[in-house]
Amino acid sequence: MTFLIGSGAGFSGDRTDAAIPVVAELIRRGQPSALVFETLGERTLAAAHRVMRDDPDAGYEPLLGELLSPVLRDCLDHGIAILGNFGAANPAGACDVVARLAEQAGYPAARVGRVHGDDIRARLDGLDLSPWEAETRALPRDQALISANVYLGASPMVQALELGAEVVVTGRVADPALFLAPLMHHFGWAWNDWDRLAAGMMAGHLGECGAQVCGGYFADPGVKAVPGLATLGYPIIEVEADGRLVVTKPPGTGGCVTEQTVKEQLLYEVHDPANYLTPDVVVDLSHVSVRLLGTDRVEISGIRGKPAPERLKTTVCYEGGWQGEAEISYAGPNALARAHLAADVLRERLAFRAPPELRKRLDIVGHASVFDDDDGEMQRRLPAAADGDYRLRLAVEHAERAWVERAAQELLALYCAGPAGGGGVRRQFQRRVCTASYLVKRTDVEAFATLLEESHHAPLAS
Amino acid sequence: MHHSPVDHPVDSQVVPLHRLAHARAGDKGDRLNLALFAYEPHHYETLLAQVTEERVLALFAHRGASRVRRYPMPRLGGMNLVIDDVLQGGVNGALNLDGHGKTLSFLLLGMEVAVGINDSEVS
Repeated sequence: MTFLIGSGAGFSGDRTDAAIPVVAELIRRGQPSALVFETLGERTLAAAHRVMRDDPDAGYEPLLGELLSPVLRDCLDHGIAILGNFGAANPAGACDVVARLAEQAGYPAARVGRVHGDDIRARLDGLDLSPWEAETRALPRDQALISANVYLGASPMVQALELGAEVVVTGRVADPALFLAPLMHHFGWAWNDWDRLAAGMMAGHLGECGAQVCGGYFADPGVKAVPGLATLGYPIIEVEADGRLVVTKPPGTGGCVTEQTVKEQLLYEVHDPANYLTPDVVVDLSHVSVRLLGTDRVEISGIRGKPAPERLKTTVCYEGGWQGEAEISYAGPNALARAHLAADVLRERLAFRAPPELRKRLDIVGHASVFDDDDGEMQRRLPAAADGDYRLRLAVEHAERAWVERAAQELLALYCAGPAGGGGVRRQFQRRVCTASYLVKRTDVEAFATLLEESHHAPLAS
Repeated sequence: MHHSPVDHPVDSQVVPLHRLAHARAGDKGDRLNLALFAYEPHHYETLLAQVTEERVLALFAHRGASRVRRYPMPRLGGMNLVIDDVLQGGVNGALNLDGHGKTLSFLLLGMEVAVGINDSEVS
């Protein structure tokens, strides 16, 4: 029987009302189903660890309540399992929140499962680590460690579902494994059935970014039309026991599911399509094709799998000093020249007002910014209109906050000491996180699940 | 606007890639992938012939790109381009407003390509 997996969020900061029409459709169809919230980016976790240092009760997804409240009762009523990496740095804290929300929804005995084993901070020095293939940095021993988390596969989440969990809370897991887990639980696929594991992982890959497969992050007016971006429907992936996949979305929602939207998401963040690495299977997309079956229904076929890798990816986060940004606008006649003059003045000031190791970059938004390099090569090369609406942006980085603030203050001083007509200064400062990607032996990782307020601690072979 | 010019025969026209293809960028560390797909099946060959590893490397050279690998995906009418060291430190290290490099799919779509002068399927 077809299993349905809906997406309720594709990143931390996603729309918090997205899950409502997805759950309504899962209930209407009455087939076995699950709902996934993917809210943990590469550095969201480091930010969560920092928050938790100051407040031990924080460190999980800040929007957890807003995401879950609208749909939790409906999911519990209808046996729709919820899985989310919204535990971030504090899965235990997130479990408590989920339990409280369930109680408010009339389910004081809801079974909340927790995945353990991704956080390897305390064991880092004793582990056999090798650099991830594109990693060129050595582990920065001289900086304070913030976090070290392994991308876990689906097995501890399957264990949680086997324990009867109605909501599964995780920290770091491979995003698509959130989708694979309920499929493994439902269909009972073998852990070496590589083609089916690959199909399940790709169900996750297609669904994990929420609206990105349904017309989100796709519209290009006059070229690629997407109706109803304000009411985008988030995806529902239909999975068959043999691994066939169809991507669709709830009726009556905005967006669209077409061969084009599916193709863009299929290769999103993929490197070698014949070797897409996940903790549970190496996916081979070389033979994949997509086919429109009907309105907002696209079938994906030809997914193949190869044995799982021996090592699992680990993201290590360190303190990375401070970043500061400051901006000022110039508009109207001769605005470009005034913005460039302001940039020149800043360069000159910072040369004697800041230490040489201060890293800096100057963009002129409206002329060249996001495409440019740090030295402004495009800014010098490309023509731009003399009159217009330009915004000078200074970005700086230093180990000490004081130097970052000093540099940003130099931009503020352009108000009175810079070119004519500058306005709208904004400044902001933030701690930076330095990340490095390493690989650990899967046999060194001990991942398992427990139910809240129970003590089931049977380690799983990962 | 800033792409390397293409040699093209007299019975062809030069258009930005944006007219015949769509793309999405994704990042991991300091590595970027650009998934590029032709709107029309016959333009897949155009992409293969003209969106080469060399031209893509040249397009991103100013940002320090060190290597481009191209993975043709004929069944999807497109290709995956993987560009190393192009994100100026990536999401956690770049001073760029867009540390993920999410906007860079449209730098690629600005690349010039030559198509037939009577190619009516160029949008």
